[in-house]
Amino acid sequence: MDGSQALKNAGLAQSYTGPPDYRVVGRHGVFPETSHDENARFNFLAHMNRHLSTRVMPAVTTAWERRAGPAFEAHEGRPPKDRHEVRKALLQDPYYQAWSALRRATMEQRQQAGRWIALRQAETLAAKVEALTMSGDQLELDPALPIPRYVSAVDHHCMPGSYHTEVFPGDVSGAANYDCGIFATTGGALGRFSDGGGHAVVGWIQKQMPDFRPHHILDIGANLGQNVLPIAQAFPEAEVIALDVGAPMLRYGAARARSLKVDNVRFVQGDGSNLSRWPDSHFDWVQTTMTLHELSLASMKAIFREIYRVLAPGGIMLHVEQPQYRSDMPLFEQAMRDWDAFYNNEPFWSTMHELDIDGFMIEAGFDSANLIHGGVTAVVDRDVFPDTADDESEDFGRKAAWHVIGASK
Amino acid sequence: MSIDLALALSSAKPAGKRPYFMDPPVERVLNILMATVQELAVTRERLDTVERLLEMKGVIARSAIETFEPTADQAAERGLWMQEYLNRVLRTVQQEAEALQATDDLASEEVAAEVSQA
Repeated sequence: MDGSQALKNAGLAQSYTGPPDYRVVGRHGVFPETSHDENARFNFLAHMNRHLSTRVMPAVTTAWERRAGPAFEAHEGRPPKDRHEVRKALLQDPYYQAWSALRRATMEQRQQAGRWIALRQAETLAAKVEALTMSGDQLELDPALPIPRYVSAVDHHCMPGSYHTEVFPGDVSGAANYDCGIFATTGGALGRFSDGGGHAVVGWIQKQMPDFRPHHILDIGANLGQNVLPIAQAFPEAEVIALDVGAPMLRYGAARARSLKVDNVRFVQGDGSNLSRWPDSHFDWVQTTMTLHELSLASMKAIFREIYRVLAPGGIMLHVEQPQYRSDMPLFEQAMRDWDAFYNNEPFWSTMHELDIDGFMIEAGFDSANLIHGGVTAVVDRDVFPDTADDESEDFGRKAAWHVIGASK
Repeated sequence: MSIDLALALSSAKPAGKRPYFMDPPVERVLNILMATVQELAVTRERLDTVERLLEMKGVIARSAIETFEPTADQAAERGLWMQEYLNRVLRTVQQEAEALQATDDLASEEVAAEVSQA
């Protein structure tokens, strides 16, 4: 054997740029078991998402430029005046219809695949979570907490039951579904433990504020804690609170953190618009990661006010989000980025991205001289995963390249 | 039982009215088709796993699959399977053709009226 076969194979792996095999996903103590075919189903979905964004979606631009856009102008005698007119014109175009129908179908298939995995072992998962959280004080639930309308009205990203419902007392299948499927939805772009956003924030902080030593950190809308664990690990002396309204996510998150041996995070059920249990100036750092777009305007303003109150002087507030729709962003791009708002149940997404976030931070009390603007991409293990920083393609609203907005007090 | 939960709830509808981008019956067929496309990919990956395991254990060489040539009898057996398969998959087209060629086809509802006459 001359080794040419081995060289050929090595070359294939080295030149391959697609999503990694699902089997490299990070598994912790409450991660659901997946069979061969369940892994294969997620492989299909990761590739389907990539195919849609790199092979199908680019010609939506062509359809707009050559067909839907000219048709709008011919009919109306003027160019569209906002992104909603662009989107409604696109809805008439057969190619946009085909891309949208396929994208929606893929989203629903991803939910179905993950829910099958999580539900078929729901009782086992609940028992594992119970065993990992019955002792210690890493979990604090409040069954009387009202679930905000912005969470309960429609199920975000078509995830049946959203973050807050359970099929039986102690059920965590919704959280397990979220956890196991996000790797497929993002094609591994968030890394093995889908925590590339958290690592990105840590990297950004360490570069921008090398002397920052926070003692109290609050993560609002922490979900299952995937993005706050890297923060807790980077600052092991800090006491970290992961706050969310969804009890199943918190139970699962606390068990996940324990199995990953991160013990300085407490998962607390609560609403970020009411942080009255914490005194003024308590936290050095308040973080949200891909949370703002799932709120409402009223709650976002209330959350900013509460953050300002609980932040210590010199403390920082950071939000990681997809980029805002600025006036220099073409209306077509804005319309494409709005897809998830209207067709993937992200109802605040569209409004949130046109708002003057700076203005709301100032209104909440922050000084305009202390505002923070930056950009980050997911930080992942580059041996295994595609690095978003190297990716020049665009997946309007889905790419793991974010803006950091915030302020220091 | 978790398996009953999975059967009942894994395909549940999320809260919120579903948008349709095409005629709903067309999009329904597309949705079923894409789920089928997914399951074909799953089966293909499973077959690939089986082939690689068989090769690792020295049972077959995967290159032998690529160069396999059926005998005349085997080729005939496969050809018949393919014909049967296409007949089955394209059932609805055959029936449409037969309907075109029929001259005195009645709807059962029409016959119901006829055979119910006193």
